[in-house]
Amino acid sequence: MSTIGYESWAVDLADVGAIYPFQGWEVAMTVIGVIFWIGWHRIQFVREGQHLEEARKMGDKDKIDKMLDRY
Amino acid sequence: MDGNLDALTTVFTEFYYWVTVVFMFLIHVGFCMYEVGASRARNHMHTLMKNIMIIPLVTVTFFLFGWWIYWAFPNFWVFGGSIDFESGAANLPWSENMATNLGDRITGVFWAAFLLFSWTAASIVSGSVIERIRSSALWVHAVLIGSVFWIIDAAWGWHYAGWMVQKLGYHDAYASGVIHAIAGGYALGVIMVLGPRIGKFAKDGTPRDIPPHNPWMLTIGIFLIYTGFWGFYAACNVPAISPEAIGGQITGTTWTATNIYLAPTSLSAITFNFLMSLSGGLMAAYVVSKGDAFWTFSGGLAGVITASAGNDLYHPIQAMIVAAIGVVIVYNLHYWVERKFKLDDAVGAVAVHGYAGFIGLVIAGFVLWGAPSSPFEGYASINPVGQFLGAIIMFFVLGFLPGFVVAKLQSMAGVLRIPEEVELMGLDYAEHHAYEDAKAEIIAADKAALAAKS
Repeated sequence: MSTIGYESWAVDLADVGAIYPFQGWEVAMTVIGVIFWIGWHRIQFVREGQHLEEARKMGDKDKIDKMLDRY
Repeated sequence: MDGNLDALTTVFTEFYYWVTVVFMFLIHVGFCMYEVGASRARNHMHTLMKNIMIIPLVTVTFFLFGWWIYWAFPNFWVFGGSIDFESGAANLPWSENMATNLGDRITGVFWAAFLLFSWTAASIVSGSVIERIRSSALWVHAVLIGSVFWIIDAAWGWHYAGWMVQKLGYHDAYASGVIHAIAGGYALGVIMVLGPRIGKFAKDGTPRDIPPHNPWMLTIGIFLIYTGFWGFYAACNVPAISPEAIGGQITGTTWTATNIYLAPTSLSAITFNFLMSLSGGLMAAYVVSKGDAFWTFSGGLAGVITASAGNDLYHPIQAMIVAAIGVVIVYNLHYWVERKFKLDDAVGAVAVHGYAGFIGLVIAGFVLWGAPSSPFEGYASINPVGQFLGAIIMFFVLGFLPGFVVAKLQSMAGVLRIPEEVELMGLDYAEHHAYEDAKAEIIAADKAALAAKS
């Protein structure tokens, strides 16, 4: 058994197409890819919201003045 | 060159490798910028010089004996093999092939492509030891990793006839193990003996972050490494070859690009997989590091390195997921090792290269299980045990062990680490004090001239 569908290269390459592992599972892999992408946005949205909420309470007037002067 | 097709193929191949060398030069520029950006101002010149001098030292030694090792060592002693003097002969420094020769237009550019890998291996080690190693000690390590140990591993596991490919089914198309795992393992061996920078750990053993002095230089450095990586990937392929020239089991007359084992792949496939593994690495690193900029950028690199072993065959989504998994493990392993063993891996090189390379090899063993490792008959197919053993050989046997032993010998001889006073004062003042003195002198002279006029 070979995950790429070929156990040796004793083939005519003119007859060979896809050689990636787990052919036939492209739709499932795409679903995993979409979950990975959407999941990333979800995590990032939540974390940034929390971070900004914490950051807005951290302000020290003198320090903010210095930051504004620094440009 | 007999006939137009042969001439065209030869000239195309020659130019192809030449372009990869130019691209790969950017990896070294990137490493230099990254190291200088990460070091503190008082160590800049020393840090830069330490990395720059890797170029001539590894180049000269790779010409003198490194390239010969690649061709002579594929079966050296293991399983009854011996040094292949016949194949090695054409690659000795006194061979006509290693010079201006109209009968051989490929050896020079192929040698150079391998040489640039050698610089990379040495430069990875250089990053982890900044601000406290003696240059003399590092340059010995650079020659050893760049012109001896990595090229032994290439002969064993990155050569169409290497014993690891034949017996273990070892598969490492874009060098997860043969460059990154070995260099990371070597760096780990050195920093275990070298010890951390002063101030890296608090008295209770808590690690302190030593922030980069110039984050922008560091950022551009890593982006240059990404850019150079395109050349690195292309250089790992044979661009166009016929089944007849391969001489293996492939039938028919269809030409193909191949990986270093002469097994078929395509430039298109590795372009998909490079970009998807870079993306998977960046996204995973952003999440796991909670948005830390430098870990995110390094994570992109670690993602590519993790997927590299199998990026000639993976589906792009597989490359992305493999990269993401690798990065999560690498990040956590880095901090666990730092806390547990009090090791100072200054730029995260052991993690980004060593751990990622090791993990990438192991994962490839499962995802590519049963795939042919070579177009030649009788070779073991790719399998998890062969890949795991390969990872051990790369990281520990050829990487960690020599790095540790040589560093230990240097430490016993008192030539490994700079004195504490110099480390605190800064290497630029201690070793390049002429610059500071000259600066002070010319400022004083200018002021005196100004005073004389008024």
